[in-house]
Amino acid sequence: MNAVIKATGLQKSYDGNRVVDGLDLAIHRGECFGLLGPNGAGKTTTLRMLLGLIAPDAGTATLLDLPVPQAAREARIRVGVVPQMDNLDPDFSVAENLLVYGRYFGMHDSEIKARIPDLLEFASLTHKRDAKVPTLSGGMKRRLTLARALVNDPDVIFLDEPTTGLDPQARHLIWQRLRELTQQGKTLLLTTHFMDEAERLCHRLAVMDNGKLISEGSPRELIESNIEPQVVEVYGETAAQWAGACAAGFAHRFEVSGESAFCYVNDAQPLVAHLQTQSALRYLHRPANLEDVFLKLTGREMRE
Amino acid sequence: MSGHYFALPRLSLRFFPIWRRHWLVWKKIAAPSILGHLADPVIYMLGLGYGLGSLLPEMGGMSYMAFLAAGTVCYSTMNSASFEALYSGFARMHEQRTWEAILNTPVSLDDVVLSEILWAATKSLMSGAAVLAVIWILGLSHSLMSLWMIPLALLIGLAFAALGLIMTALAPAYDFFMYYFTLVITPMMLLCGVFFPVAQLPHGFQVVAGALPLTHAVDLARPLMNGVIPPQAVLHIGVLLAYALAAFYISLVLFRRRLSR
Repeated sequence: MNAVIKATGLQKSYDGNRVVDGLDLAIHRGECFGLLGPNGAGKTTTLRMLLGLIAPDAGTATLLDLPVPQAAREARIRVGVVPQMDNLDPDFSVAENLLVYGRYFGMHDSEIKARIPDLLEFASLTHKRDAKVPTLSGGMKRRLTLARALVNDPDVIFLDEPTTGLDPQARHLIWQRLRELTQQGKTLLLTTHFMDEAERLCHRLAVMDNGKLISEGSPRELIESNIEPQVVEVYGETAAQWAGACAAGFAHRFEVSGESAFCYVNDAQPLVAHLQTQSALRYLHRPANLEDVFLKLTGREMRE
Repeated sequence: MSGHYFALPRLSLRFFPIWRRHWLVWKKIAAPSILGHLADPVIYMLGLGYGLGSLLPEMGGMSYMAFLAAGTVCYSTMNSASFEALYSGFARMHEQRTWEAILNTPVSLDDVVLSEILWAATKSLMSGAAVLAVIWILGLSHSLMSLWMIPLALLIGLAFAALGLIMTALAPAYDFFMYYFTLVITPMMLLCGVFFPVAQLPHGFQVVAGALPLTHAVDLARPLMNGVIPPQAVLHIGVLLAYALAAFYISLVLFRRRLSR
């Protein structure tokens, strides 16, 4: 089983800042792989190097067994890209966007036109075939961008934050379509900072920060290997004081953020029993999730 | 590490689908666009031609209107290539992110930049041909040799498209283009023999004008309009070609640097 996307020791600096720092990655055929990380972690730069759009300072990468950036052009014939920001052609209709984009892959008009009905149906845009791009909603534009990325029937699809800025209905529709693509055997590499998105869609994930991969595995493996299984969130004006005084007695680890305390425990029962006696505090007991892992690995400070 | 910025252009026919994209956009706005190509230069030519022409018995051995006609074709082709390469090119590179979308396909930046130059030159060709048609209709040129103005419009377009793309590659925002129009395009229109012969200028200005591409364009255009083979035609064509090729290479290096992150 060889890797469809492979990176070894990938490195890239801008103005002396190392944006990607010795990255190793192997993504297999048919896999949906998620790259997680806070803003500025190096996700987009990594994608751009794997697509062969920019050259790494050190290290090597292959895309569909072709070395990039050296043979990027040949590799990209079988790749689709959904960029972070929409770059549809505003002067064109929905169908024209697909036609014009297909030509960049060297496809004949007849070949593209034969694919357009299926692409529109996949994107639930059949009724918008002749609508101009500026009249589409944000969700429709994203779906059209996804359809455009499929015009060449690619084996690998890169998605850079595919659902950022969308409402829940639009996100769920995109997720459903991405799952259909993995079922068809396509390989997906996506970046996101929505943990629920990553948990639902991805077979494997890597958490990236400061240009390095800091943890890698299936969503469940990441949770099991990085964090206690139970979380008790404690809220209230006195939560911080309570945590300072009592949390260490119940929890392996706890964090205070504003008026909330997050307690990470193997067995929540003693803590829950204690909290039931604290009338000034509210609490929520839940299993640990990917967001807990993410915050543990990358910290709670803002990245701006 | 930055050595690849300076690699020679690798050209391919993959520019053509991008050119077709620009053409498809243009077709949607063809009517106002053709009007724009024509209105400004024709009004200048007729206004100055009739207004000043009545005061001037002749210029360079012909009526002032006929003198202006050749210059008008040249500067209108210069303008259409420049506007396309600067404002529309910047919109496609920066505002609409059209280039980003194209570069995710099996098309390289070299192909994208080539398509921009060829498209802007196509606009020059259309604008030159439109002005030429008016000149014929008005009976300002009778020579079939004036048909050579059509390939000349393309050549002028290539040179000014490539020069304009250097500015586009450097521009932080649209405001930046005002420098180029004020400091480069307008002076060329006034110094390069469009409205009066370069020989009327003081010596220093003549030397400067001799180095500017529009002067060479006008030196080719005016004899052609009158059915004369332009003197030193090879030199003038060579200068325009050299501007086109050198500016294409420089703009490509600058775009590679700008888009390398």
